[in-house]
Amino acid sequence: MNIFVCVKRVPDTESKIRIDHSSNRIIEEGLNFVLSPYDEYAVEEALRIRESEGGKVTVFSVGPDVALATLKKALAMGADEAVLIKDVLPEAYDGLRVAKIFARVFEQKYPEFDLLLFGKQAMGSDNAQVPAMVAELLGLPQVNVVTKLEIEGNSATAHREIEGASEIVTLPLPAVLSAQKGLNEPRYETLKGIMMAKRKEIPVISLADLGFGADELSPQMDLVKMESPPPREAGQVIEVEPEEAARKLVDFLHNEAKVI
Amino acid sequence: MILVYIEVRDGKVKKSSLETLSEGKRRADELGLDTAAVLVGHGLKGLDSGIFPYGASKVYLLENALLSHYSPSGFAAALAVLVQEAGPEIILFSATSMGKDLAPRLAARLGVSLASDCTGTAVVEGKLEVKRPIYAGKAFVTFRLAASPQLVTLRPNVFSLLEPSEAAGETLIKEVVIPEDDVKDVVSEVAREEGAALDVTEAEIVVSGGRGLKGPENFDLLKDLSALLPHSAVGASRSAVDAGWIDHQHQVGQTGKTVSPNLYLAVGLSGAIQHLAGMSSSKYIVAVNKDADAPIFKVADFGVVGDLFQIVPYLKEELKKVLAE
Ligand SMILES: Cc1cc2nc3c(=O)[nH]c(=O)nc-3n(C[C@H](O)[C@H](O)[C@H](O)COP(=O)(O)OP(=O)(O)OC[C@H]3O[C@@H](n4cnc5c(N)ncnc54)[C@H](O)[C@@H]3O)c2cc1C
Ligand SMILES: Nc1ncnc2c1ncn2[C@@H]1O[C@H](COP(=O)(O)O)[C@@H](O)[C@H]1O
Repeated sequence: MNIFVCVKRVPDTESKIRIDHSSNRIIEEGLNFVLSPYDEYAVEEALRIRESEGGKVTVFSVGPDVALATLKKALAMGADEAVLIKDVLPEAYDGLRVAKIFARVFEQKYPEFDLLLFGKQAMGSDNAQVPAMVAELLGLPQVNVVTKLEIEGNSATAHREIEGASEIVTLPLPAVLSAQKGLNEPRYETLKGIMMAKRKEIPVISLADLGFGADELSPQMDLVKMESPPPREAGQVIEVEPEEAARKLVDFLHNEAKVI
Repeated sequence: MILVYIEVRDGKVKKSSLETLSEGKRRADELGLDTAAVLVGHGLKGLDSGIFPYGASKVYLLENALLSHYSPSGFAAALAVLVQEAGPEIILFSATSMGKDLAPRLAARLGVSLASDCTGTAVVEGKLEVKRPIYAGKAFVTFRLAASPQLVTLRPNVFSLLEPSEAAGETLIKEVVIPEDDVKDVVSEVAREEGAALDVTEAEIVVSGGRGLKGPENFDLLKDLSALLPHSAVGASRSAVDAGWIDHQHQVGQTGKTVSPNLYLAVGLSGAIQHLAGMSSSKYIVAVNKDADAPIFKVADFGVVGDLFQIVPYLKEELKKVLAE
């Protein structure tokens, strides 16, 4: 089983996001970057499939040189190989651009795979676009937001989370799947893994290597502005006897907020 | 034309699709465009009548026996056929599980970008602008989409429904032809979660609990409250989910679901930054927590400091009284 996993470098979930209004970008200085949490589930699932079915796990990332650290983390978890596709453009919140890059990488450089795994969405851009776009560009079937996966020979059965239920899909491989929380519990890196990851050569592919024309990849989203959310004002806080507290709370809901 | 995708579940049109249609109609009027709706599947006849009151002047029913169950590749192929024919300027989806799955697939098929999960739309200088949260709502971006058609998904529960009108329109039934080979990811079964009538993302009221509940059995306190409140659902913090007290479908936050109900009632949860990311766009937030310094009180419109085990039973009684009025 030849498994590819796409992993992205993102600010951790504790991050306080500050905006540089002159460039309409977030200020990266001072942020702690991690492997996007949903991508961790995807890496873990790939490792588990390799453990039961045999094969190889290769992780890919599109990003600047510092994304090497993200790939190393996946290697330290147990991935066999890693590839960086170097892209220095700042985040454009445009999934199609990244999807086109991945589709080209897989078509031209790494055409042999059985499974393409993603996170269900990258923390930060929160697009939830790239997996379905890559699937369409490569003409592959897809299941997104997967909470359970079984591989049997040349097919996979996936449970996909929807509102209040799960959809069950059986599909032929190769296929695109994206991971949701609940799929598994990601393992920690081992010391041995960290040492191996340090030594591992990571090939770097440039966008020029992929033969993209001048504006084939220019983002189609014109960013008008980036702003902080309107601050939420703290309301009144009461500390009284339970019965009175309950009465006041319901009074607020009924007469002021008018939500019940 | 603004084309709005209408989602059908269990033979019924989803309310979030009608919200999206309503918003589409408001913007179409400003832009001087028509509004049309499209449904995909098999045996759709009869579903069109409930759609016209929310602003569609045309309803397309795209029929194909291969599409009697949802398949992202198949549905995207069918929609692409209509887009070719009808040439809409703008296509809107609701950012439901299906919308999030299908819209990017269609976008790639058409070679255009997509603005996901938008919470605001406007027409500025004759152009559509959409606003969406990024970093789980810690920032917002406003875009204009440069490609055509402009593809957008809208967050459920954010956009108001139009006052239903008497207007009727034209129904166009189309047998779409799609290659059978294109349809390899068909849903074969839908497994419903026991007792979960409404998902947290769809609920108008979310009653959420955290580690303060002390154990799985105490989630019954919240389930009881939810049972009293129409259109409500039970949510949870990650700590409660990770402790195995409640299924992760209920988790609200940065690695859970993003909700924007009319009322978010937070009980025994602290309001960690990752939790706030998933619920701070709620219209009203109220909190019950025994720690007066809990961060949840910084965002709550109304807060009660006290022991939830003492307060919630009274709360239930008070709610019953008001709801009986
Ligand atoms: C990568 C990452 C992703 C995460 N994603 C999420 C996410 O999506 N959603 C999420 O919720 N968290 C998430 N977290 C976890 C988050 O950081 C917090 O740990 C979690 O939200 C805390 O849950 P809690 O509020 O239930 O527990 P606590 O923080 O322990 O709060 C319990 C609260 O209950 C109160 N309490 C206790 N007893 C009573 C009582 N008898 N009456 C009244 N009040 C009482 C306490 O005062 C306290 O405020 C994430 C963390 C990481 C690292
Ligand atoms: N720059 C990137 N590098 C590697 N993987 C990515 C990148 N962007 C997106 N992905 C993958 O696509 C998934 C969904 O991302 P998105 O559509 O941006 O929310 C992520 O969880 C990753 O698996």
